[in-house]
Amino acid sequence: MHKKMAFSFPDEVLEHVFSFIQSDKDRNAVSMVCKSWYEIERWCRRKVFVGNCYAVSPKMVIRRFPEFRSIELKGKPHFADFNLVPDGWGGYVSPWIEEMAGAYPWLEEIRLKRMVVTDESLELIAKSFKNFKVLVLSSCEGFSTDGLAVIAASCKNLKELDLRDCEVDDLSAHWLSHFPETYTSLVSLNISCLGSDEASFSALERLVGRCTNLKTLQLNRAVPLDKIANILRHAPQLVEFGTGTYTADVRPDVYSDLAGVFSSCKELKSLSGFWDVVPDYLPAIYPVCSKLTSLNLSYATIQSPDLIKLVSHCPNLQRLLVLDYIEDSGLEVLASSCKDLQELRVFPSDPFGAEPNVSLTEQGLVAVSLGCPKLQSVLYFCRRMSNEALVTIARNRPNFTRFRLCIIEPKTADYLTLEPLDVGFGAIVQYCKDLKRLSLSGLLTDRVFEYIGTYAKKLEMLSVAFAGDSDLGLHHVLSGCESLRKLEIRDCPFGDKALLANAAKLETMRSLWMSSCAVSFAACKLLGQKMPRLNVEVIDERGPPDSRPENCPVDKLYIYRSIAGPRFDMPPFVWTMDEDSGLRLS
Amino acid sequence: VLSKGEVVSEACSYPAESELETKNGGPSVSVSGTKRAAESVSHEGGSPTGVSGSSQVVGWPPIRAYRMNSLVNQAKSQRADEGDSGIGEKDKPKDALKKKLNYNGNKISSTTTVNEKGHLGFVKVNMDGIPIGRKVDLNAHSCYQSLAQALEDMFLGSTNSVGAEKEQLTKASKLLDGSSEFVLTYEDKEGDWMLVGDVPWRMFVSSVRRLRIMRTSEANGLGIHKKSMANHSCFSFSVSESCYSFVAAPRFHDSNERQRSKPI
Repeated sequence: MHKKMAFSFPDEVLEHVFSFIQSDKDRNAVSMVCKSWYEIERWCRRKVFVGNCYAVSPKMVIRRFPEFRSIELKGKPHFADFNLVPDGWGGYVSPWIEEMAGAYPWLEEIRLKRMVVTDESLELIAKSFKNFKVLVLSSCEGFSTDGLAVIAASCKNLKELDLRDCEVDDLSAHWLSHFPETYTSLVSLNISCLGSDEASFSALERLVGRCTNLKTLQLNRAVPLDKIANILRHAPQLVEFGTGTYTADVRPDVYSDLAGVFSSCKELKSLSGFWDVVPDYLPAIYPVCSKLTSLNLSYATIQSPDLIKLVSHCPNLQRLLVLDYIEDSGLEVLASSCKDLQELRVFPSDPFGAEPNVSLTEQGLVAVSLGCPKLQSVLYFCRRMSNEALVTIARNRPNFTRFRLCIIEPKTADYLTLEPLDVGFGAIVQYCKDLKRLSLSGLLTDRVFEYIGTYAKKLEMLSVAFAGDSDLGLHHVLSGCESLRKLEIRDCPFGDKALLANAAKLETMRSLWMSSCAVSFAACKLLGQKMPRLNVEVIDERGPPDSRPENCPVDKLYIYRSIAGPRFDMPPFVWTMDEDSGLRLS
Repeated sequence: VLSKGEVVSEACSYPAESELETKNGGPSVSVSGTKRAAESVSHEGGSPTGVSGSSQVVGWPPIRAYRMNSLVNQAKSQRADEGDSGIGEKDKPKDALKKKLNYNGNKISSTTTVNEKGHLGFVKVNMDGIPIGRKVDLNAHSCYQSLAQALEDMFLGSTNSVGAEKEQLTKASKLLDGSSEFVLTYEDKEGDWMLVGDVPWRMFVSSVRRLRIMRTSEANGLGIHKKSMANHSCFSFSVSESCYSFVAAPRFHDSNERQRSKPI
């Protein structure tokens, strides 16, 4: 019987077997097999992932996993990236750091996304974890360079310090000099988000020089072009490099110096940065282009001809981020040169212009989907689209796993037929059977949601804006998308009916965000009462929702499953719908 | 649907381009923290009718603030390089004009133009006594009056009654009219704290790092003489309308002394 099987191996053997199982999903599955496997697994889980920091409390995590070395936490909902989540909503990491500081002196890695981190927390990390190695802060805020200085000074074994897309209070660039002269273990440093003008280049150069294991270095905009050569000279072993500002008066000596130093970087696979690019300096990177697998030119305001030249030098490119200056013509060249391309992101150079400033249309995306057989992930901003193009794209590239299309003007119809784009997106979900992530845009009726509910069985994340006609749309998605974990909706006419009818579905998902929709306060209260394991948060800056009639729609709604119960760190404009009263103030 | 209620007054407007027409301007909408953002998006049909141009809508197109501000930075430095003279120069006092010429005369590198953090549009605002700071989008405002109005809404709206002390609120409701217990200050690029309102709007926007609504008692050591905005030739408010009086802004502490505002 099962019991016998479980006890036929000593725990150590099972532990050893489990050590080969790294993915969270698999670990969770293993822990559900039986009680003894649950016990063994929890003692040997070394990496914990918490997708929503409010879904569980720090104490609960620590109780279950007594010996983890690495934790990853995510805080605010994704739409916080676009300023839809008011400041002060939450996502504070300090309770977590405080609990772990006491329980886990051997913690090595902390990875946070969209959380509020204070200098005090950084100081606590530096003080409490003697073997601390990895700090990755992605889209975080609330801390300053003072906190970074303490990390630099105290964490002798720090290997990775990555501050991607953070908002840092830049008080002084001298925090870098807090890394002691004896410190040499840095492997990865990403400070591209820092703004400080008074970068201490000499400290940076010395740091780079003595850390011979440095593989990733991403500088910030303040580092001028003429300093890059010196820095790279100290680190020819770099695999990933992000420049600072890539502009200077054109001088042959600076250029040849730069080109020379790039040639000596034999391991370089990834380049980024390139703020304020001056085209004359671009050829300096040609020596490394043939080995490049990843290129981020999304801040480079250079025109199509220069982009085309650059891209044609990079036949091994797997990942390209670029502005729409590349135009359809550039994307056609990309399609013919870069057969290994897996991910493409095209950002708008002039998102608020009423008229297109570049010739980038649906044709570029069609070309790439036709020419790049490995393309699976796309983020594309454009101004027009047609069902015909979308169907062609879907047929060309059924291996899409991530498809995010943003037609800049909300509710834009098919420019050829003036119809909604339902059929086009329908084709995407129908042909791309492994689609995990989808973002919609353009003119869309309930029909597109019917397609999504019918076909998008592997879809995990869906983003919707200015779409749909009625609750039926939302109902299709909630009732049809079996793998759905995250749903974020803004400005859609979805109301109470679909939400209440599919209340149980919400417990199978991580979260649901709805803003500027038609969900009434009464429905929120009801949902909060009916579903004790959901936190139903009403976010409304107009004042308490009970100061308006119950059938009034709420401004923003954030629903997530939680075993930690309602939180208590909410600002005055957030209310959790509670079992008892239906209204709880923080 | 009108834009977010900002009335662009001639003397302190952006160059020629209105917010609807601007090609290079940043997001022309208030941050989601203000009342206007909440009101402007219709709730009934869930669709903003009559929206002309995506510049009207908060958080759309979905581009991260950091990237958006980078674009704005590059556009602004281009404008500055071209030596644009959009601001109504005629009415300026002489030295302000002189300042502006120097500002434009120097080649402005992209790293020094505007907020170096790369987050030009949104700057942090803290108010003494309220633990939670907010952010305001400077690109959504074209003059001090609308900024002050937005800040009043943000910090003195009824929703904040739970977070702040009650007495503080009744005193603070006279914020910015010169008689209140609070003044509006900002930290500039050099790290000095200045009183808001003295320099031309555009210059303020390009040098402001963050804002603080400070207790007047803390802003001591100033030669404070109140003058109404109407007297300031940059601004064309009528005294009855705005009642905001800003004070001359000498630097009131050493540039060595860094005012550190605690993060949230």
